[in-house]
Amino acid sequence: MMENTVLHKAGTRGHASHGWLNSYHSFSFANYYNPERMNFGALRVLNDDTVDAGMGFGTHPHDNMEIISIPLEGDLEHKDSMNNVAVIKNGDIQAMSAGTGIYHSEYNKDRAHRVKFLQIWVYPNKKNVEPRYDQITLNLEDRHNKLQQILSPNPDDEGVWIHQNAWFHLGKFDKGISTGYNVKAKGNGVYVFVLAGDIKINDQLLNTGDGYGIWDTDKFTITAETDAEFLLMEVPMVF
Amino acid sequence: MNKVEILVVCRHEGILQTIVRLVNNNPEWHAIGTVTDDEAIIAFDAQPFKLVLLGSGIEKESDEKLRSYFALKNPEIAIVQHYGGGSGLLSAEIYEALK
Repeated sequence: MMENTVLHKAGTRGHASHGWLNSYHSFSFANYYNPERMNFGALRVLNDDTVDAGMGFGTHPHDNMEIISIPLEGDLEHKDSMNNVAVIKNGDIQAMSAGTGIYHSEYNKDRAHRVKFLQIWVYPNKKNVEPRYDQITLNLEDRHNKLQQILSPNPDDEGVWIHQNAWFHLGKFDKGISTGYNVKAKGNGVYVFVLAGDIKINDQLLNTGDGYGIWDTDKFTITAETDAEFLLMEVPMVF
Repeated sequence: MNKVEILVVCRHEGILQTIVRLVNNNPEWHAIGTVTDDEAIIAFDAQPFKLVLLGSGIEKESDEKLRSYFALKNPEIAIVQHYGGGSGLLSAEIYEALK
């Protein structure tokens, strides 16, 4: 098996500035269209969003998509058509299966501080499922110098779950720490996104905001070149 | 300039209206929305479409029936599954389908 990789440097991402919203798109989204950046397997959207104080996304619909939100700074209020009202904050993860259709809004209720969060969309492995919403608080210590599973396909496993054969992990590594990652399912690839600092995936150096896809391999090594935080998203390459 | 005619089929009326509105925001595109299979077939027979977007809630049997019918009537027709139900993916899906 010949390993394949793709590198998306931070500065090559799509960028949208709407005044209250500053968004970097790793893949084509809204007005950013790049035929070379449509998806990484079942991973379709990776938006690195910053929302101004007191602003947010008004009520809007979604369907047939697994939507994951990971706040990095500040609090985001979520309301949806299933009567869920919740605040997600740094350290939480939210997963929503849009299925047959859902309406929701997301607001930064804080009048003084911005919110930074990752918005991730994964194609579902089943269409037209019943919409569902889940949110958990993660233990930040569980990612210090080790990989913390935050999402899987299994409701009984660690983290939230989605309708796709996908696993997400977060890591917060001190400089010099290294670990291996074993791909969990045959045919899956892993998209690495660097939240802060510099890391190496095998011999490839990545900086803050870079994305790196690796597939047709069973395992790879992650090394922190500085103190660093990163997200691993394992997804099916064919779905 | 002739607009690209797009037929949208989606069981969820609210989301259908959103998709049609978003498509029609592009001055080069024109969308018609339908909810049921019968409405979709009547609309398809009434005018030439370049693209069909299949949205949420369409049962597997209907999905297969509509794809077969549209392809038989117009072998050149592009038929794509629309995911997401909103603005995020819509434009890219249409651009990709029309390539």
